[in-house]
Amino acid sequence: MFKLRDRETAEKILEKISGTDIHLTLMHVCGTHQDTLVRFGLQKRLEEANVDIRQGPGCPVCVTIPQEIDEIMALARAGKIITAFGDALKVPGTQGSLFSAKSEGADVRIVYGIDDAVGIARKEKDREVVFFAIGFETTAPTTAAALISEPPDNFRVLSTHRIMPPALRAIAEMGEIKLDGLIQPGHVSTIIGTRPYTFLSRDFGIPQVVAGFEPLDLLMAVFMIARQVKSGKAEVQNEYSRVVREEGNPKALAVLDRAFERADVAWRGFPVIPGSRLDLRSEFDKWDARKTYSDIIAEVDYSADVEEKGCICGRLLRGLGAPEDCPLFGRKCTPDKPVGPCMVSREGSCNISFKYGKLKNL
Amino acid sequence: MCLAIPAKVLEVEGDRAKVDYGGVVREVNVSLIEKPQLGQYVIVHAGYAIQVMDAAEAEETLDLFRQILEFEDSGDERIDA
Ligand code: SF4
Repeated sequence: MFKLRDRETAEKILEKISGTDIHLTLMHVCGTHQDTLVRFGLQKRLEEANVDIRQGPGCPVCVTIPQEIDEIMALARAGKIITAFGDALKVPGTQGSLFSAKSEGADVRIVYGIDDAVGIARKEKDREVVFFAIGFETTAPTTAAALISEPPDNFRVLSTHRIMPPALRAIAEMGEIKLDGLIQPGHVSTIIGTRPYTFLSRDFGIPQVVAGFEPLDLLMAVFMIARQVKSGKAEVQNEYSRVVREEGNPKALAVLDRAFERADVAWRGFPVIPGSRLDLRSEFDKWDARKTYSDIIAEVDYSADVEEKGCICGRLLRGLGAPEDCPLFGRKCTPDKPVGPCMVSREGSCNISFKYGKLKNL
Repeated sequence: MCLAIPAKVLEVEGDRAKVDYGGVVREVNVSLIEKPQLGQYVIVHAGYAIQVMDAAEAEETLDLFRQILEFEDSGDERIDA
Protein backbone atom coordinates (compact mmCIF):
# COMPACT_ATOMS: atom_id res chain seq x y z
CA MET A 1 0.00 0.00 0.00
CA PHE A 2 2.76 2.46 0.80
CA LYS A 3 5.36 2.43 -1.93
CA LEU A 4 7.40 5.31 -0.72
CA ARG A 5 10.83 3.80 -1.14
CA ASP A 6 10.93 3.98 -4.92
CA ARG A 7 14.59 4.52 -5.79
CA GLU A 8 14.02 6.14 -9.14
CA THR A 9 11.79 8.81 -7.66
CA ALA A 10 14.29 9.30 -4.83
CA GLU A 11 17.09 9.96 -7.32
CA LYS A 12 14.89 12.36 -9.21
CA ILE A 13 14.07 14.36 -6.08
CA LEU A 14 17.75 14.43 -5.09
CA GLU A 15 18.61 15.71 -8.54
CA LYS A 16 16.01 18.45 -8.19
CA ILE A 17 17.38 19.43 -4.80
CA SER A 18 20.94 19.64 -6.15
CA GLY A 19 19.58 21.61 -9.07
CA THR A 20 18.30 24.38 -6.82
CA ASP A 21 21.96 25.16 -6.17
CA ILE A 22 21.48 26.58 -2.68
CA HIS A 23 23.02 25.57 0.59
CA LEU A 24 20.43 24.69 3.22
CA THR A 25 20.72 24.18 6.96
CA LEU A 26 17.61 22.36 8.16
CA MET A 27 16.39 20.97 11.44
CA HIS A 28 13.93 18.22 12.20
CA VAL A 29 12.78 17.22 15.68
CA CYS A 30 11.98 13.54 15.50
CA GLY A 31 13.90 10.36 16.26
CA THR A 32 12.00 8.45 13.61
CA HIS A 33 12.98 11.05 10.99
CA GLN A 34 16.59 10.73 12.09
CA ASP A 35 16.35 6.96 11.82
CA THR A 36 15.06 7.15 8.25
CA LEU A 37 17.66 9.76 7.27
CA VAL A 38 20.58 7.73 8.56
CA ARG A 39 19.32 4.20 7.88
CA PHE A 40 18.70 4.86 4.21
CA GLY A 41 21.84 6.95 3.77
CA LEU A 42 19.77 10.04 2.95
CA GLN A 43 21.69 12.31 5.27
CA LYS A 44 24.88 11.66 3.34
CA ARG A 45 23.24 12.04 -0.06
CA LEU A 46 21.66 15.29 1.05
CA GLU A 47 25.01 16.56 2.33
CA GLU A 48 26.37 15.99 -1.16
CA ALA A 49 23.46 18.08 -2.42
CA ASN A 50 24.44 20.90 -0.01
CA VAL A 51 21.71 20.16 2.51
CA ASP A 52 22.74 19.84 6.12
CA ILE A 53 20.04 18.35 8.40
CA ARG A 54 20.27 18.23 12.20
CA GLN A 55 17.98 16.51 14.64
CA GLY A 56 17.40 19.20 17.28
CA PRO A 57 15.45 18.41 20.47
CA GLY A 58 13.43 15.61 18.87
CA CYS A 59 14.10 12.86 21.38
CA PRO A 60 11.83 12.81 24.45
CA VAL A 61 14.15 10.72 26.57
CA CYS A 62 17.14 12.92 25.67
CA VAL A 63 15.51 16.22 26.58
CA THR A 64 14.30 14.96 29.96
CA ILE A 65 16.47 16.54 32.64
CA PRO A 66 18.43 14.51 35.21
CA GLN A 67 16.24 15.82 38.05
CA GLU A 68 13.17 14.23 36.47
CA ILE A 69 15.05 10.93 36.39
CA ASP A 70 15.96 11.57 40.04
CA GLU A 71 12.27 12.00 40.86
CA ILE A 72 11.34 8.61 39.44
CA MET A 73 14.46 7.05 41.01
CA ALA A 74 13.39 8.33 44.43
CA LEU A 75 10.01 6.65 43.94
CA ALA A 76 11.67 3.42 42.76
CA ARG A 77 13.85 3.36 45.86
CA ALA A 78 10.83 4.06 48.05
CA GLY A 79 9.39 0.73 46.93
CA LYS A 80 6.82 1.81 44.35
CA ILE A 81 6.36 -0.29 41.24
CA ILE A 82 7.75 1.80 38.40
CA THR A 83 6.41 1.32 34.90
CA ALA A 84 8.22 2.97 32.01
CA PHE A 85 8.99 2.76 28.31
CA GLY A 86 12.11 0.68 27.70
CA ASP A 87 13.96 3.67 26.29
CA ALA A 88 13.76 5.52 29.61
CA LEU A 89 15.50 2.88 31.69
CA LYS A 90 19.15 3.61 30.96
CA VAL A 91 19.01 7.39 31.09
CA PRO A 92 21.17 8.56 33.97
CA GLY A 93 19.99 11.05 36.55
CA THR A 94 22.37 12.30 39.21
CA GLN A 95 21.99 9.02 41.16
CA GLY A 96 22.15 6.44 38.40
CA SER A 97 19.39 5.16 36.14
CA LEU A 98 16.20 3.13 36.56
CA PHE A 99 18.20 0.29 35.10
CA SER A 100 20.71 0.50 37.93
CA ALA A 101 17.88 0.83 40.46
CA LYS A 102 16.37 -2.34 39.02
CA SER A 103 19.63 -4.23 39.40
CA GLU A 104 19.70 -3.07 43.02
CA GLY A 105 16.30 -4.67 43.53
CA ALA A 106 13.79 -1.93 42.71
CA ASP A 107 10.61 -3.10 40.97
CA VAL A 108 10.92 -1.50 37.53
CA ARG A 109 8.81 -2.86 34.69
CA ILE A 110 8.89 -2.03 31.00
CA VAL A 111 5.54 -1.32 29.39
CA TYR A 112 4.54 -0.68 25.81
CA GLY A 113 1.86 1.85 26.69
CA ILE A 114 0.06 3.35 29.66
CA ASP A 115 -2.81 0.86 29.46
CA ASP A 116 -0.34 -1.89 30.39
CA ALA A 117 0.71 0.16 33.43
CA VAL A 118 -2.92 0.60 34.50
CA GLY A 119 -3.36 -3.16 34.06
CA ILE A 120 -0.45 -3.78 36.45
CA ALA A 121 -2.05 -1.42 39.00
CA ARG A 122 -5.32 -3.33 38.79
CA LYS A 123 -3.50 -6.59 39.45
CA GLU A 124 -1.14 -5.37 42.18
CA LYS A 125 -3.89 -3.96 44.38
CA ASP A 126 -1.72 -3.73 47.49
CA ARG A 127 1.12 -1.87 45.81
CA GLU A 128 1.42 1.59 44.35
CA VAL A 129 2.22 1.74 40.65
CA VAL A 130 3.82 4.80 39.04
CA PHE A 131 3.85 5.37 35.29
CA PHE A 132 6.85 7.43 34.16
CA ALA A 133 5.17 9.46 31.44
CA ILE A 134 7.65 10.55 28.79
CA GLY A 135 6.91 11.81 25.32
CA PHE A 136 5.73 14.67 23.17
CA GLU A 137 2.24 15.46 21.90
CA THR A 138 2.03 12.07 20.20
CA THR A 139 2.22 10.21 23.50
CA ALA A 140 0.69 12.68 25.97
CA PRO A 141 -2.93 12.10 24.81
CA THR A 142 -2.60 8.41 25.72
CA THR A 143 -1.67 9.40 29.28
CA ALA A 144 -4.54 11.89 29.32
CA ALA A 145 -7.01 9.27 28.07
CA ALA A 146 -5.95 6.83 30.80
CA LEU A 147 -6.34 9.51 33.50
CA ILE A 148 -9.78 10.52 32.28
CA SER A 149 -10.99 6.92 32.33
CA GLU A 150 -10.51 6.78 36.11
CA PRO A 151 -7.55 4.50 36.76
CA PRO A 152 -7.42 2.67 40.12
CA ASP A 153 -6.48 4.59 43.29
CA ASN A 154 -3.10 2.88 43.58
CA PHE A 155 -2.06 4.24 40.17
CA ARG A 156 0.12 7.37 39.74
CA VAL A 157 1.56 9.35 36.86
CA LEU A 158 4.86 11.23 36.97
CA SER A 159 4.59 13.49 33.95
CA THR A 160 7.58 14.71 31.98
CA HIS A 161 5.46 15.15 28.83
CA ARG A 162 6.68 18.06 26.77
CA ILE A 163 5.30 19.98 23.85
CA MET A 164 7.30 20.96 20.81
CA PRO A 165 6.29 24.48 19.68
CA PRO A 166 7.75 26.29 22.75
CA ALA A 167 11.09 24.50 22.20
CA LEU A 168 11.09 25.54 18.54
CA ARG A 169 10.43 29.10 19.66
CA ALA A 170 13.39 28.84 22.06
CA ILE A 171 15.66 27.69 19.22
CA ALA A 172 14.48 30.49 16.94
CA GLU A 173 14.91 33.09 19.70
CA MET A 174 18.34 31.88 20.82
CA GLY A 175 19.55 32.32 17.25
CA GLU A 176 22.59 30.03 17.70
CA ILE A 177 21.79 28.30 14.44
CA LYS A 178 20.52 29.99 11.32
CA LEU A 179 17.78 27.71 10.04
CA ASP A 180 16.71 27.76 6.40
CA GLY A 181 13.87 25.41 7.15
CA LEU A 182 12.19 23.10 9.65
CA ILE A 183 10.91 19.61 8.93
CA GLN A 184 8.07 19.14 11.39
CA PRO A 185 7.33 15.79 13.01
CA GLY A 186 4.51 13.85 11.39
CA HIS A 187 3.11 12.18 14.47
CA VAL A 188 3.29 15.16 16.81
CA SER A 189 1.50 17.03 14.01
CA THR A 190 -1.07 14.23 13.73
CA ILE A 191 -2.27 15.42 17.13
CA ILE A 192 -1.64 19.19 17.03
CA GLY A 193 -2.14 19.86 13.31
CA THR A 194 -0.20 22.40 11.30
CA ARG A 195 -1.39 25.69 12.86
CA PRO A 196 0.77 25.71 16.01
CA TYR A 197 3.87 26.11 13.80
CA THR A 198 2.61 29.18 11.90
CA PHE A 199 4.39 31.68 14.17
CA LEU A 200 7.78 30.29 13.13
CA SER A 201 7.16 31.25 9.51
CA ARG A 202 5.38 34.51 10.31
CA ASP A 203 7.68 35.86 13.04
CA PHE A 204 10.99 34.20 12.16
CA GLY A 205 10.66 33.72 8.39
CA ILE A 206 11.33 29.97 8.55
CA PRO A 207 9.89 27.73 5.79
CA GLN A 208 8.36 24.54 7.22
CA VAL A 209 7.09 21.22 5.96
CA VAL A 210 5.31 18.57 8.03
CA ALA A 211 6.70 15.24 6.86
CA GLY A 212 6.00 11.51 7.02
CA PHE A 213 8.60 8.86 7.75
CA GLU A 214 9.37 7.04 4.53
CA PRO A 215 12.51 8.00 2.60
CA LEU A 216 10.51 9.71 -0.13
CA ASP A 217 8.51 11.69 2.45
CA LEU A 218 11.69 13.23 3.81
CA LEU A 219 13.27 13.90 0.44
CA MET A 220 10.06 15.51 -0.73
CA ALA A 221 9.94 17.66 2.42
CA VAL A 222 13.49 18.89 1.76
CA PHE A 223 12.56 19.63 -1.83
CA MET A 224 9.45 21.56 -0.73
CA ILE A 225 11.55 23.64 1.65
CA ALA A 226 14.13 24.30 -1.08
CA ARG A 227 11.33 25.49 -3.31
CA GLN A 228 10.06 27.87 -0.62
CA VAL A 229 13.55 29.23 -0.01
CA LYS A 230 14.13 29.74 -3.70
CA SER A 231 10.91 31.65 -4.15
CA GLY A 232 11.40 33.69 -0.98
CA LYS A 233 8.40 32.17 0.78
CA ALA A 234 8.02 31.04 4.38
CA GLU A 235 4.93 29.03 5.21
CA VAL A 236 3.82 25.72 6.71
CA GLN A 237 3.25 23.03 4.10
CA ASN A 238 2.00 19.53 4.73
CA GLU A 239 3.70 16.66 2.94
CA TYR A 240 2.09 14.01 5.23
CA SER A 241 -1.49 14.79 4.25
CA ARG A 242 -2.42 11.12 4.29
CA VAL A 243 -2.37 11.35 8.09
CA VAL A 244 -1.98 14.98 9.21
CA ARG A 245 -4.91 17.40 8.98
CA GLU A 246 -4.64 21.15 9.45
CA GLU A 247 -6.67 20.99 12.68
CA GLY A 248 -4.84 17.90 13.97
CA ASN A 249 -6.91 15.41 15.97
CA PRO A 250 -9.55 17.49 17.79
CA LYS A 251 -10.71 14.61 19.97
CA ALA A 252 -7.18 13.90 21.22
CA LEU A 253 -6.56 17.63 21.74
CA ALA A 254 -9.70 17.92 23.88
CA VAL A 255 -8.62 14.95 26.02
CA LEU A 256 -5.14 16.44 26.36
CA ASP A 257 -6.51 19.78 27.45
CA ARG A 258 -8.82 18.20 30.01
CA ALA A 259 -6.03 16.37 31.80
CA PHE A 260 -3.06 18.70 31.50
CA GLU A 261 -1.98 22.26 32.05
CA ARG A 262 1.28 23.82 30.95
CA ALA A 263 4.24 24.31 33.24
CA ASP A 264 7.70 25.79 32.83
CA VAL A 265 10.58 23.34 32.68
CA ALA A 266 14.18 23.16 31.51
CA TRP A 267 15.06 20.78 28.68
CA ARG A 268 18.45 19.11 28.52
CA GLY A 269 20.72 21.54 26.73
CA PHE A 270 18.19 24.36 27.17
CA PRO A 271 17.30 26.83 29.88
CA VAL A 272 13.74 26.83 31.27
CA ILE A 273 11.27 26.90 28.38
CA PRO A 274 8.02 28.59 29.43
CA GLY A 275 4.87 26.49 29.14
CA SER A 276 6.65 23.46 27.68
CA ARG A 277 5.73 20.68 30.13
CA LEU A 278 2.33 19.11 30.59
CA ASP A 279 1.49 18.73 34.28
CA LEU A 280 -1.69 17.13 35.60
CA ARG A 281 -4.56 19.50 36.32
CA SER A 282 -5.61 19.68 39.98
CA GLU A 283 -8.72 17.64 39.23
CA PHE A 284 -6.33 14.68 38.82
CA ASP A 285 -4.31 15.33 42.00
CA LYS A 286 -4.92 11.90 43.46
CA TRP A 287 -3.08 10.29 40.54
CA ASP A 288 -0.33 12.91 40.39
CA ALA A 289 2.93 11.43 41.71
CA ARG A 290 4.47 14.88 42.26
CA LYS A 291 1.56 15.89 44.52
CA THR A 292 0.92 12.64 46.39
CA TYR A 293 4.60 11.80 46.94
CA SER A 294 5.85 15.35 47.47
CA ASP A 295 7.64 14.20 50.65
CA ILE A 296 9.68 11.58 48.76
CA ILE A 297 10.37 13.80 45.77
CA ALA A 298 11.43 16.67 48.05
CA GLU A 299 14.89 15.07 48.33
CA VAL A 300 15.67 15.79 44.65
CA ASP A 301 18.30 18.46 44.19
CA TYR A 302 17.17 20.71 41.37
CA SER A 303 20.27 22.88 41.44
CA ALA A 304 22.73 20.18 40.40
CA ASP A 305 24.26 20.48 36.97
CA VAL A 306 25.25 17.06 35.80
CA GLU A 307 26.17 17.11 32.12
CA GLU A 308 28.80 14.39 31.78
CA LYS A 309 32.26 15.75 31.07
CA GLY A 310 32.97 15.87 27.37
CA CYS A 311 29.42 14.93 26.34
CA ILE A 312 27.98 17.34 23.77
CA CYS A 313 24.46 15.87 23.82
CA GLY A 314 23.03 19.18 25.05
CA ARG A 315 24.53 21.01 22.07
CA LEU A 316 23.31 18.35 19.65
CA LEU A 317 19.79 18.84 20.99
CA ARG A 318 20.07 22.52 20.02
CA GLY A 319 21.11 21.50 16.52
CA LEU A 320 24.76 22.39 16.98
CA GLY A 321 27.06 19.82 15.42
CA ALA A 322 26.87 16.09 14.78
CA PRO A 323 27.52 13.02 16.97
CA GLU A 324 30.81 12.45 15.17
CA ASP A 325 32.01 15.80 16.54
CA CYS A 326 31.99 14.32 20.04
CA PRO A 327 35.40 12.93 21.03
CA LEU A 328 33.71 10.19 23.07
CA PHE A 329 31.45 8.97 20.23
CA GLY A 330 32.04 5.28 19.53
CA ARG A 331 35.03 5.21 21.85
CA LYS A 332 34.13 5.83 25.48
CA CYS A 333 30.45 6.18 24.57
CA THR A 334 28.52 3.33 22.92
CA PRO A 335 24.94 2.02 23.27
CA ASP A 336 26.21 -0.66 25.68
CA LYS A 337 28.01 1.89 27.82
CA PRO A 338 26.30 5.19 27.07
CA VAL A 339 27.75 8.36 28.56
CA GLY A 340 24.90 10.69 27.59
CA PRO A 341 21.20 10.25 26.80
CA CYS A 342 21.74 10.89 23.07
CA MET A 343 23.45 7.47 23.04
CA VAL A 344 20.88 5.83 25.33
CA SER A 345 17.67 6.40 23.46
CA ARG A 346 16.83 4.68 20.22
CA GLU A 347 15.71 8.13 19.15
CA GLY A 348 18.95 9.83 20.10
CA SER A 349 21.19 11.02 17.27
CA CYS A 350 24.33 9.39 18.74
CA ASN A 351 22.56 6.05 19.10
CA ILE A 352 21.22 6.19 15.55
CA SER A 353 24.56 7.21 14.04
CA PHE A 354 26.34 4.47 15.94
CA LYS A 355 23.78 1.84 14.99
CA TYR A 356 23.93 2.43 11.25
CA GLY A 357 27.57 3.43 11.18
CA LYS A 358 26.63 6.03 8.57
CA LEU A 359 27.89 3.53 6.02
CA LYS A 360 24.94 2.53 3.95
CA ASN A 361 23.97 4.43 0.89
CA LEU A 362 20.60 4.79 -0.69
CA MET B 1 9.03 7.00 20.77
CA CYS B 2 6.81 8.88 18.32
CA LEU B 3 7.03 5.83 16.14
CA ALA B 4 3.50 5.03 15.05
CA ILE B 5 2.47 2.29 12.71
CA PRO B 6 -0.48 1.86 10.32
CA ALA B 7 -2.76 -1.09 11.06
CA LYS B 8 -6.02 -2.28 9.54
CA VAL B 9 -9.14 -2.28 11.69
CA LEU B 10 -10.71 -5.74 11.97
CA GLU B 11 -13.20 -5.33 14.82
CA VAL B 12 -14.41 -2.49 17.04
CA GLU B 13 -16.04 -2.85 20.41
CA GLY B 14 -16.48 0.29 22.47
CA ASP B 15 -13.05 1.85 23.05
CA ARG B 16 -11.18 -1.25 21.95
CA ALA B 17 -10.43 -2.47 18.45
CA LYS B 18 -8.64 -5.46 16.96
CA VAL B 19 -6.17 -4.34 14.33
CA ASP B 20 -3.91 -6.14 11.89
CA TYR B 21 -0.30 -5.06 11.34
CA GLY B 22 0.27 -7.05 8.17
CA GLY B 23 -0.34 -10.41 9.86
CA VAL B 24 0.10 -9.62 13.54
CA VAL B 25 -3.22 -8.95 15.26
CA ARG B 26 -3.33 -6.75 18.38
CA GLU B 27 -5.91 -4.99 20.45
CA VAL B 28 -5.65 -1.20 20.60
CA ASN B 29 -7.46 1.64 22.34
CA VAL B 30 -9.50 3.79 19.95
CA SER B 31 -10.83 6.35 22.44
CA LEU B 32 -8.71 9.14 20.94
CA ILE B 33 -10.31 8.97 17.49
CA GLU B 34 -13.82 9.00 16.07
CA LYS B 35 -15.12 5.46 15.76
CA PRO B 36 -13.19 3.84 12.88
CA GLN B 37 -14.83 1.79 10.12
CA LEU B 38 -13.84 -1.81 9.55
CA GLY B 39 -11.12 -2.04 6.90
CA GLN B 40 -9.82 1.46 7.58
CA TYR B 41 -6.17 1.98 8.43
CA VAL B 42 -5.37 3.65 11.74
CA ILE B 43 -2.04 4.99 12.96
CA VAL B 44 -1.16 3.31 16.26
CA HIS B 45 1.16 4.71 18.93
CA ALA B 46 1.80 3.22 22.40
CA GLY B 47 -1.33 1.09 22.18
CA TYR B 48 -3.65 3.88 21.02
CA ALA B 49 -4.95 4.70 17.56
CA ILE B 50 -4.13 8.39 17.09
CA GLN B 51 -5.58 8.99 13.62
CA VAL B 52 -7.38 7.36 10.74
CA MET B 53 -5.28 7.24 7.60
CA ASP B 54 -6.76 8.75 4.47
CA ALA B 55 -6.46 5.78 2.10
CA ALA B 56 -7.12 7.79 -1.04
CA GLU B 57 -4.36 10.25 -0.16
CA ALA B 58 -2.03 7.39 0.74
CA GLU B 59 -2.59 5.75 -2.64
CA GLU B 60 -2.02 9.02 -4.43
CA THR B 61 1.08 10.20 -2.56
CA LEU B 62 3.60 8.73 -4.98
CA ASP B 63 1.65 9.96 -8.00
CA LEU B 64 1.45 13.37 -6.41
CA PHE B 65 5.23 13.44 -5.91
CA ARG B 66 5.77 12.50 -9.53
CA GLN B 67 3.37 15.19 -10.66
CA ILE B 68 5.15 17.86 -8.65
CA LEU B 69 8.48 16.76 -10.11
CA GLU B 70 7.12 16.68 -13.64
CA PHE B 71 5.50 20.04 -13.19
CA GLU B 72 8.92 21.38 -12.31
CA ASP B 73 10.33 19.83 -15.45
CA SER B 74 7.81 21.63 -17.58
CA GLY B 75 9.36 25.02 -16.96
CA ASP B 76 11.07 26.57 -14.00
CA GLU B 77 9.48 29.98 -14.24
CA ARG B 78 6.10 28.45 -13.52
CA ILE B 79 7.10 26.82 -10.24
CA ASP B 80 5.36 29.25 -8.02
CA ALA B 81 2.38 30.02 -10.19
S1 SF4 C 1 28.50 10.30 21.81
FE1 SF4 C 1 27.93 9.99 23.97
S2 SF4 C 1 29.19 11.46 25.07
FE2 SF4 C 1 29.18 12.11 22.92
S3 SF4 C 1 27.46 13.52 22.75
FE3 SF4 C 1 26.67 11.53 22.22
S4 SF4 C 1 25.85 10.79 24.16
FE4 SF4 C 1 27.22 12.46 24.69
